Order: sequence, then structure tokens, then C-alpha cells
Amino acid sequence: MDNKKLSSPDKLEKLKKKILSKRDLTKQVVTICTGTACQTYGSEKIYEKFVDEIKKQGLKGTVVEAKPTGCHGFCEQGPIAVIFPQEICYVKVKLEDVPEIVSRTLVRGELIDELLYEDPVTGESVAKDIDIPFYKNQKRIVFGNNKYINPKDIDDYIVLGGYSALAKVLSQMTPEQVLEEVKKSNLRGRGGGGFPTGIKWETTINAPGEHKYVIVNCDEGDPGAYMDRALMEGNPHSVLEGLLIGAYAMGSHEGFIYIRQEYPIAHENTSQAIKQAEEYGLLGENILGSGFDLKVKVHRGAGAFVSGESTALMNAIEGKVGEPKMKYVHTAISGINERPTCLNNVETWANVPLIIDKGAEWFNSIGTEGSKGTKIFSLVGKVNNTGLVEVPMGMTLRQLIYDVGGGIPKGKKLKAVQTGGPSGGVIPEQYLDTPIDFDELTKLGSMMGSGGMVIMDEDTCMVDTARYFISFCCEESCGKCIPCREGLRMLREILTDICEGRGKEGDIDAIQDIAEMMKDASLCALGSTAANPVLTTIKYFRDEYEAHIENKNCPAKACKALTSYYIDPEKCTACMKCLKNCPTEAIHGAKNEIHWIEQEKCIKCNTCFELCPLRFSAVKRISGEPVPPPPVPGTKVIREKRGR
Amino acid sequence: MTKISRAVSKAVGGYNRDKDMLIQILLDLQSIFGWLSGEVLTEVSEQLEVPVTQVYQVASYYKAFSLTPKGRHIVKVCMGTACQVRGSPQLLDIISAMLDIKPGKTSDDMRFTLETVNCLGCCAMGPVVVVDDAYNSKPSTPTLKKIFKTVK
Repeated sequence: MDNKKLSSPDKLEKLKKKILSKRDLTKQVVTICTGTACQTYGSEKIYEKFVDEIKKQGLKGTVVEAKPTGCHGFCEQGPIAVIFPQEICYVKVKLEDVPEIVSRTLVRGELIDELLYEDPVTGESVAKDIDIPFYKNQKRIVFGNNKYINPKDIDDYIVLGGYSALAKVLSQMTPEQVLEEVKKSNLRGRGGGGFPTGIKWETTINAPGEHKYVIVNCDEGDPGAYMDRALMEGNPHSVLEGLLIGAYAMGSHEGFIYIRQEYPIAHENTSQAIKQAEEYGLLGENILGSGFDLKVKVHRGAGAFVSGESTALMNAIEGKVGEPKMKYVHTAISGINERPTCLNNVETWANVPLIIDKGAEWFNSIGTEGSKGTKIFSLVGKVNNTGLVEVPMGMTLRQLIYDVGGGIPKGKKLKAVQTGGPSGGVIPEQYLDTPIDFDELTKLGSMMGSGGMVIMDEDTCMVDTARYFISFCCEESCGKCIPCREGLRMLREILTDICEGRGKEGDIDAIQDIAEMMKDASLCALGSTAANPVLTTIKYFRDEYEAHIENKNCPAKACKALTSYYIDPEKCTACMKCLKNCPTEAIHGAKNEIHWIEQEKCIKCNTCFELCPLRFSAVKRISGEPVPPPPVPGTKVIREKRGR
Repeated sequence: MTKISRAVSKAVGGYNRDKDMLIQILLDLQSIFGWLSGEVLTEVSEQLEVPVTQVYQVASYYKAFSLTPKGRHIVKVCMGTACQVRGSPQLLDIISAMLDIKPGKTSDDMRFTLETVNCLGCCAMGPVVVVDDAYNSKPSTPTLKKIFKTVK
């Protein structure tokens, strides 16, 4: 393997040229997104079918090629295939479309209209991905390379200029200059804290002790967020390069990448990336002949949300229980094995090579006064274009949800945006013009967090949302400190009571008291921020709490205990749809006999409500009032004779 | 050597008997056996020379480890926020009623284990149900009936 090792930065440049010279740039390459979402829709089989089909049509080894890539971000429209060099984007590709794509588009260069994205507003089809509004309104500096790269092939990354920032650092910059550049860029931690990265690095540099560690935190635990997953799976070398540059600046020779257990593909691709980088001499000993060494190990998490907290994560790396420690001394000074340890999030590390390559000044030209650069968000929930989006800091919530996200499905009304995961809060509709950055969202009582953005419409109950986050934290609390452990339990009890119709006067005050106590007295950020979803929902949606407590009414008709299902006998046409599909056989009736729901058996799963054809709309949801009695069993449907 | 001690020896050796790798070793064994029996834990403790209390503490703390045997088919319902907003609690109720097991439990015939997970990171397709590693996006009640019928 040693002959592959690059012994100087020049050799890297030569290798890049060599790879490029071997590649035919006029070649028609179809890239298939094999991110988790597209994979679910069968994209791996589609990729295999492309390979087979290219062979079958006698095109193997010619100017046509198929390539798997990481996540492109537009998960709603998956599986996605992009054809280069034209950058034609086909959405919702099916297995049976493959032969036609090969023969028509790859060979003859024709567009297949049916497979193009159709703009729901104008009704026109869009050929190139960059012209689709979802992509057009983004600024994809960190995430954008995913679509060009086969994550299992380091050459793809090198061709795009990969590892040139590392080469620059090792040959032209001192560690002090690297630190200075990162400080000047004003890069802030993307994992949620927003702490200035340069200052964190400086603390580790100044900490006493020769042996220092660097860590990539890919324990992305916030429910509703998967940015780090897509980066780690789709472009692992960009994270690795950032880590290398940081290690050089901090004089560290040992690094860890901690990946949560739920992300097996990220683990696989990262391990492969490390192996390939070592083969090229970009990792390991005497990197690019500079004398600088870095060894990197991958650790899998074992399923504990709180392990994403820095001190807990370091415990987990030491093979211990992932509980947080008291931060009398910062981990930057005393972390793993009580040695200085610098931990950054996946996205933070991935920004570093860009800053070195293009300069701090360029980075400062993007974003707002206090938050520079871009941020990747996972735009999910009740929004048309769900997926991963990267936008400059300072874009407003409205632009993000409507221009990029395409608005709310089924013509429903937006109620709130939940940001920052279990540590964040909800932001109501009236604040949609707020620019998104670290400081603005905090002012509203929420936070930007790691980048989860869950859109909620009128069918989402805010009390239930608060209860959801509290029970999430309740289960994930490690139980070490009392304010978090007991505070969360009490909050869960009160909120469950409210959702189930046992709410009483004074509950809201009690919640606020407990929340204050937790904020002040918890050991780590899990406990001190856990009450944010409750506090913001009370702040902006107090009337919903009051409706639950005073009238036993859930305005969104989402709380099961307060909602009943009822079939309107006037509207039921006895079509049997709901009756056949009720999972508990709670619906009675027969053909031509009006259906009715046996309330005792009903588990309120919403199946009947969804299946009842819109033109009948016979199934009703009722909250805050008694359910009318059902018709006498056996009542026949009276059919109106139309037009005769 | 029993089957268990051989597997443990292989896992422990794979990480050069490094005590810091306890979690990684248990993850490997969990994926081999589907659960961690008392015998497995004791064997790890002896071979890695880590107190059994520490092995048990780690094994009982993390969600990835199961200290009881699991069913032949694992059904996971994602309860992440995005799935929650799109109706995963109702989906869980439906599945729980269909399989007649409570979340976290295994059916008496060892056919199914029903689990909830916090976020699988494929939020765009929510609500998501994973049956034996096959992801299902927004399955309807009729689809679910079909899926559970086909897996024996």
C-alpha cells in the first residue's frame, strides 16, 4: 500500500490532475441519491438497475456511467437521479423508468418530461436541479458537493479540490495562522451552542499538557434533525479534512469520531473514508510528508440522547456510562483521560476546509452580524418540500418555509415552527419574518439549535407538543441530578393530566415554577433547557392550555382523551371503507346500513377520518362536547335518486 | 469453549482487549445474539478484566442493548418530532392493536417485538415504521395488515 502514499502537497496536486486526466468530462454520468430517504424508496435497486441496464444496452465502459451518491436533500421527491454534465434532475424515479433514462437521456440527450420536477405554482416542468425553487433559494456551500461524490471513493473528493486546504495548512501556514484564520471567520459551533469555534480551539491550545484530543460529535440526537447524518454519510472526507486542520492547529495527534448507533451507513462510510485517507497518506503518520501525525478512531454510540452532551460523550468514548459530568473545568482543558479535548459538531468541522480555502473574509461576507456563514436545516413536519436545506444565516423563517419549503400541504394554516429540538421552543406565525441566526431565535425563547425545523399546522396541539418533548427528555434524562430527573417527571405528570382532561386551575403556574427551578439547578444542558418547549408554548398559546384545563377541549382535536370520533348518520353512505379498515373492529354496520362507532372499542387512530372520502366527510372529530348517540343498529341508508 | 465464550473472545480480541472499547464490544455481541444474556455479560467481564457491575451498568444504561430475548421480527415505530407531527402516535396504537403487544414488549410466540425509537433521521418520509430493517414511509392501515401477514 505504501506506494500510494503521497509524500508532499505537490503530490496531491499531481494526483488530482492524474485522476482528472483519466476522467472523460464529456461522459454522461447519472448519479443516484442513496441517502436514507431515497434508499427507503428503493434507490439502491435503482442504482443496480442502472448498472445492469448500461451493460445490457452495450454501453459499459463507454461514455455512460452510473454512480451512487449521498443525500441530495430533496427527500420529498426521492428517489432522485441527476444526470451530468447537463445537471438534469429526475424526481420520483421508479425501477421501470431506468431503461428509458439510459436509452433516451444518457444516449441521445433527450429530456423525459414526465420525470422532471413540476413546479406546483406555475405547473411548468424544470429540467435542471439548480432551477427548482427548492434548490434555487438555497446557498449550498457545505452540503452542495454531496451530489457529485460517491462517498466510498476518495478520488471524487480530491477531484473537487478536496484536501487542498489541508495541503495549504501543512505547507504554508503555522498552527497559529490557522487559529487566527478560524477566529477571524467568526465561525460558531453548529451543534446548537453557537460557541465561537476559534475561542474553543484557543482554550485547548493554551491548556497545559502535551497530549490533546480532537472529537467529531456525530451523536445527532435531536428528534427531527438529520443534517449531520447526511453530511457524514455523503461527504465524510470533508469532515475528516476539517478535523485534520483543527488537529494541526491544536497540536493534537489523536482524534475520535463518535457516531450514533442509529446511523449504520454513516459508520460504514466514515470507516471507509479513514481507510482510504490513510492509504493516501492524508491521515496517520507523517501526513503529506510534513511530519504531522493524526490517528482517528470511530466510536459507535449505543443509543442515549444525553451522550451527545460533551462530557457525557467523552465518558462514552472511555467505555463508560454516558452521563454528563459537572463542568468545573471545561473539557477544552480537561476532557478525555483528563487531557485537553476539543469537541466540535460534524457541520462545524465541515466548514473549516472552506474557510481555509476561501479565506475568513469570504466566510464573513455570508450571514448576519453575529452569525456568519450558512446553516443546514432539516425542514420537516407539515411542509411541502421536506428535506435538508442549506441557507445563509439571516434568511427569514417565512422565506425558508415558503420559498424553499413550498408552504404548508393541503391548504392548511401554519400554526408554529419548532426549532432547536427538545432544548428549543415553538415560534408562532406572527414572528415568521424573524431572520434565522443564533441570537434572534434565542430572543423569541427558542433557539437555532443543531438545525431541526419542524413545521406544525392547525392539526397540531401545542399542549401535546410540550408533553411530547417533556416525556422525550424524561426518558432520556440520565437521572444523575434531581432537578432534571424529578422536575421532568413532575412536568410530565401535569402535562399528561392536562392532555387527558384532568387539568386544574393553577397547573400553568406550577409548570412555570418547576421550569424555573430546572433552569437554575440542573447539572447539564439537557435539564436546564428541557422546559423551553413548555415555556414557549405557554407564552404563545396560553389559550390552548386554558381550553384544555377549563373546557376539556383540545382545539386541534389531537389529544386522544379529549377527542371522540363520530359518524354523521346524515352523511354516511355505508361505503364500508372505514368499517373494513378499522384496526379494532369498532365500526359496526353493513352494506347499505349506516355505520356507527362503538366508542368503548375506538382507539382514536384517525384511520376512519382519513379514509372517509372527502365528498362524504361523514366522520367527525368532536372535542369539548358530548358525542351524539349512534343511530339504531340496522338503519338503512336512504339514497337520493339523482337527476332521474 | 462454549459458543458464547468463543464469540466474546473474538469480539474482545478484535479491539485488542482495550477496556475503553467495552461499549463497542457489547454492540458487536448484541448484533450477534440479538440480546445480552447474563452469561455473555459475565464472559465479557472475565475476558476483558472489567468488573461485572461495570459491564452490567453499561449494558443496562444504553438503549441499544437488550437484556431480554427479542422476537424474530423487530417492528420499530419512529417517534421523532417530524413523525410525531405526522401522526406516529396513532400509528403506534394501530400496530400495537394489530400485533396485540404493548410498545417495548415481545409477543408470547416470540414472533414480534414492538419498539419505539426517537428519530431515525429520515424525517422527510415520516411517519416511518421499520420492519426488520425495511423502512416503510407513511404506511396505511391496509398496508400494515399486508406487511404483518407476509412476515411469519
